[in-house]
Amino acid sequence: MGQAPDSLLEVRDLVTQFNTEDGTVHAVNGISYSLHDGETMGIVGESGCGKSVHALSIMRLIPTPPGKIVAGQVFYQRRDLLQASEEDMRHVRGGEIAMIFQDPMTSLNPVMTIGRQITEAVELHRGLKGKAATNRAIEMLEMVGIPEPAQRVKSYPHEFSGGMRQRAMIAMALSTEPTILIADEPTTALDVTIQAQIVDLVTRLRDTLEMSMIWITHDLGVVAGLADRVQVMYAGFLVERASVKEIYANPRHPYTLGLLNSLPRVDRRKTHKRLNPIPGRPPDLLDLPPGCPFVSRCPFAIERCLEENPQLERIADGHEIACWVDVRSAPTHEAGVVFLS
Amino acid sequence: MKNGKIALVRVEGVKKYFPIHSGILRREIGAVKAVDGVSFEIYEGETLGLVGESGGGKSTLGRTILQLHKPTEGTIYFEGQDLGSLSKDELRRTRARMQIIFQDPYSSLNPRMTVEAIVSEPLAVHKIGNQNERRARVDELLDRVGLNPAFANRFPHEFSGGQRQRIGVARALALNPSFIVADEPISALDVSIQAQVVNLLEDLQDSLNLTYLFIAHDLSMVRHICDRVAVMYLGKIVELGPTEEIYNNPQHPYTQALLSAVPVPDPSVEERRQRIILKGEVPNPANPPVGCNFNTRCPVAFDPCFVEDPELKELLPLHHISCYYAENELVGNT
Repeated sequence: MGQAPDSLLEVRDLVTQFNTEDGTVHAVNGISYSLHDGETMGIVGESGCGKSVHALSIMRLIPTPPGKIVAGQVFYQRRDLLQASEEDMRHVRGGEIAMIFQDPMTSLNPVMTIGRQITEAVELHRGLKGKAATNRAIEMLEMVGIPEPAQRVKSYPHEFSGGMRQRAMIAMALSTEPTILIADEPTTALDVTIQAQIVDLVTRLRDTLEMSMIWITHDLGVVAGLADRVQVMYAGFLVERASVKEIYANPRHPYTLGLLNSLPRVDRRKTHKRLNPIPGRPPDLLDLPPGCPFVSRCPFAIERCLEENPQLERIADGHEIACWVDVRSAPTHEAGVVFLS
Repeated sequence: MKNGKIALVRVEGVKKYFPIHSGILRREIGAVKAVDGVSFEIYEGETLGLVGESGGGKSTLGRTILQLHKPTEGTIYFEGQDLGSLSKDELRRTRARMQIIFQDPYSSLNPRMTVEAIVSEPLAVHKIGNQNERRARVDELLDRVGLNPAFANRFPHEFSGGQRQRIGVARALALNPSFIVADEPISALDVSIQAQVVNLLEDLQDSLNLTYLFIAHDLSMVRHICDRVAVMYLGKIVELGPTEEIYNNPQHPYTQALLSAVPVPDPSVEERRQRIILKGEVPNPANPPVGCNFNTRCPVAFDPCFVEDPELKELLPLHHISCYYAENELVGNT
């Protein structure tokens, strides 16, 4: 089976695991989705839900060992990136699919000038040389809003502030005009005013450069403003997927619903004395339960949830959930009590 | 007493500068003005939120109030006493009633100590009770913060982030404090765990009549938990008032930008929202601008803002603002 015709990137049944002294960590447990041309996909989840590991798997950047992509396919331009040669991947990485990270120092080399790091990328991927490459670097720094780019191109990463490094990393990632940008929590370590600057910058560049984007975050607020579709990830599974409007207006997976209900909102007056948290904590990825991974925290859980893990299934146009119950009508109980029955 | 409320903590003209040394003689060549002249009160039983960007001096201010840093200038009163005038012994005794909860539940707990040793350490330091009494007190405290007392012999690494934060809360409660500085207590926790810890802090406040200084950058959570909010920018308080007043009617351009920058988990709201995108970043606190500290990023700065620093004034009832532009708009006397 080849790539779906309407997809730019297609992830199919991806499974990634880590072998540790304590056992096998089930980080990504068979996720499938398509990214369409020009689309921005938000992927939301907490730490340890596999959202970053899934992105590193697409880029084939999983450290092996201890990590291993155990199964699955990642189609890009009608070929499976998981089967591509390392030489081939070098052109895809950075050239076709670029990635930006939470900590810019993970992608910036501390002993190389910012300019050199950008020229290296455009030399490799776009065949620019010498003056042309340097000019491209200056143009990119200017585009991301770094003042005096002709001078700053000679600076080292440590001479930049946190927000500036983030911009430099974005300049480097976009210098090759990639088709897809994967943004892995790029604003998490930043203050809200700087986050607003970076989100504004990336969305403007996305539109100018006509890129598709995967934006990974734990912050339900950030993706509400920039994504076309949103997927929610939990314990290595995709549990809900819908258009951005639909998922916030009509969340149907108990986890998504729980997250949205537990967060106070900056634009709303306090309505309840107490917040409404999701009880408990995520399951141990070394020892996943046989049924639904959310069962022990779910106020809607029924017997079936203990035994069978639901697959992502369509419940309405463009809306899919992995859940046996309908949260609109199902009775609720205290989370965890299903074990007592 | 003000508006029928008792000030548990009173901060008067407090500055905290950290000297910068350079050269082989380690000569002092300047100072980082982390806190640069702030005055406010924290009323008994309230939660005062302290918000603003990193580098604004929030944590330094919290620690200076607890005398973990000695203020460079100014006075801090706790229960009416000038903390700077106390002897070492008196300060130690008073400190039992003011505690801190840290941001990072990983680095703030000694990994080689059991939970029991961690939570009972303040009791041992203050020589309270014998071993059995301390043990009983630890059980009571763990129960209070929602941890199973049977886990008292375990080590911090055996607990999740949210549980570790509960251990930190239990330790802070050991000496029956009346005042707690909560320094970003939920920032390091996962979204689904944050609400659990916030509920715990609120329950404890109600049952133990605690007063909180809640330092945070999550403005959504601050709106939920705080009675009043102080907004800090580059070592100064630029706006201070009741929470709903600040959120509904922010007057300082920095507060306005800060609130507008917080994303809302609702696409229909996000679509309509006008975001104020501030230029640039927080200036270096070793070399703050002349005039108002915010003038390098302010969208409405005008002549007086570049000459002298505006004072924090009560321009609206209970609502204090330090801004010439707002003063002009509201009072029209500049």
